[in-house]
Amino acid sequence: MTLHTLTIAEAATKLRAKETSSVELTQAMLKRIEAINPSLNAYLTVTADVALEQAKKADERIKASNASPLTGIPLAIKDVICTKDVETTAGSKILKGYKPPYNATVVEKLNGAGAVMLGKTNTDEFAMGSSTENSAFGVTHNPWDATRVPGGSSGGSSAAVAARLAFGGFGSDTGGSIRQPASLCGIVGVKPSYGRVSRYGLIAFASSLDQIGVFAHTAEDAALLLSVIAGHDPRDGTSMTTPVPDYVSLLKGDIKGLRIGLPKEYFIEGTQPDVTKAVNEAVRVLKSLGATVREVSLPNTKLALSTYYIIAPAEASANLARFDGVRFGPRADAPTMWDEYRKTRGDGFGAEVKRRIMLGTYALSAGYYDAYYLQAQKVRTLIKDDFDKAFNEVDVIACPASPTTAFKIGEKADDPLAMYLADVFTLPANLAGIAGLSVNCGFDGDGLPVGLQLLSPAFTEDRILRVAHQYQQATEWHKKSPQI
Amino acid sequence: MSLTLQEVQHIAELAKLNLTEEEQLRFQKQLSAVLDYAAELRATDTSKVSPTATVLPLRTVLREDVPQPSLPRDEILKNSAEQEAGCFRVPAVME
Repeated sequence: MTLHTLTIAEAATKLRAKETSSVELTQAMLKRIEAINPSLNAYLTVTADVALEQAKKADERIKASNASPLTGIPLAIKDVICTKDVETTAGSKILKGYKPPYNATVVEKLNGAGAVMLGKTNTDEFAMGSSTENSAFGVTHNPWDATRVPGGSSGGSSAAVAARLAFGGFGSDTGGSIRQPASLCGIVGVKPSYGRVSRYGLIAFASSLDQIGVFAHTAEDAALLLSVIAGHDPRDGTSMTTPVPDYVSLLKGDIKGLRIGLPKEYFIEGTQPDVTKAVNEAVRVLKSLGATVREVSLPNTKLALSTYYIIAPAEASANLARFDGVRFGPRADAPTMWDEYRKTRGDGFGAEVKRRIMLGTYALSAGYYDAYYLQAQKVRTLIKDDFDKAFNEVDVIACPASPTTAFKIGEKADDPLAMYLADVFTLPANLAGIAGLSVNCGFDGDGLPVGLQLLSPAFTEDRILRVAHQYQQATEWHKKSPQI
Repeated sequence: MSLTLQEVQHIAELAKLNLTEEEQLRFQKQLSAVLDYAAELRATDTSKVSPTATVLPLRTVLREDVPQPSLPRDEILKNSAEQEAGCFRVPAVME
């Protein structure tokens, strides 16, 4: 029996029917990781011992008929999510060797559900990037074409799931870091609404934008994963008490009469023609399933990129002030305290992180705060209002997740602005705090996957999951796998 | 070029970040390009718009003032480069 190609839902059914065991599933994945990870670099740390221990416990739980749908399922966790006593680096030299003394709330919830952790996955340093090239521990390769990036910043989890080195995975999305790699790797990636999932134990990048989310092959699997991690957490003052709906049972409704909006500002020149073509074809499928389609306008879209690149670096510069070599990470040797801080940070941070700390410090500094930071927060209101107005007219917004398919490693590495443009379609959703996902909707002429992005109002993840699920019931794209 | 080299050095000092000369020159160019791109932001009329700091309808969130268990001291200290007498050890703060 081929185990690694099962969906989470299929694997869970087989576990409960005792047709396989969690130990078998875990061993199958560990074997694939051992064989394939050296060429992909999706995992930074493989926690084989922990995984097998958890798998044994899961099998006991299943035997005792005390299993939940994720019990015994081997999963991958992005290395910006704290895991007790397991090295958590955020892709940075400045956290090399850091073993958190506590688990993130999502990890606690996964442990409670009996899930299995295979390891920690690669990321752009502190989740700052769109390609994983900014990782201090080497780039992750795209499973569809090893000369290309998997997207980022959650490129490790995305590549691991696409290459079937995990049944599902977890990432974080501050400006597109789940949806863009999901698009470039041809899987489903969900960024929940801001406040839907606890950020406790997520190494902070931009606190008003960060959100933990999930990767899977199917919307059904994504719904299973999200069901476990969503919900209020007293340890995160920005997590909401809004009840978590039953995402899995809500997949089943049809989408007849669902109003889909196509924002004209997202169907623009400069987008790769194959991307627009595949997205339009996906919209046609949704229409054939009974949805109505109309054009909408999000007029301030063109301001989102500069708004984001003031707000996110400003928040990052404050969050990253804590890395001074005192409580964690390597510490440089210098004669005075201030010299030690300067050198620890100068040696420990990579180029992109330094760039963003500089940009954010500037935007917050005396004389520039009003002109940049406060102004960006005001424009953020305009961008949020655009979505509020559009969602008065439509239920879901459909558009490309990324303007291009996977680009070549090195292609944009020396041009920060070109790299920032990779997130042009994803970051408005973070500024507005709404729910978003990317689902594979075909391939370009080079055989690289294209992602359809679906957006819906805050706390309506069930709606976009249902649309993606119904789309996958009508299409076969999610059944394609890279040849590795 | 919207940033001078002196400004780059001043920001690096505010951020307590050692930069090599090469990094200073590179960042001067790259950060200027990003700030030039943000000119459209500054040109937007926001005189009647209030800022969004968070999208959530929350004000200060407080929990009940009841002590909760905290992490053991040695767990907190174990990741630090230098410790002494159950504390983080740092260089002299005052001369």
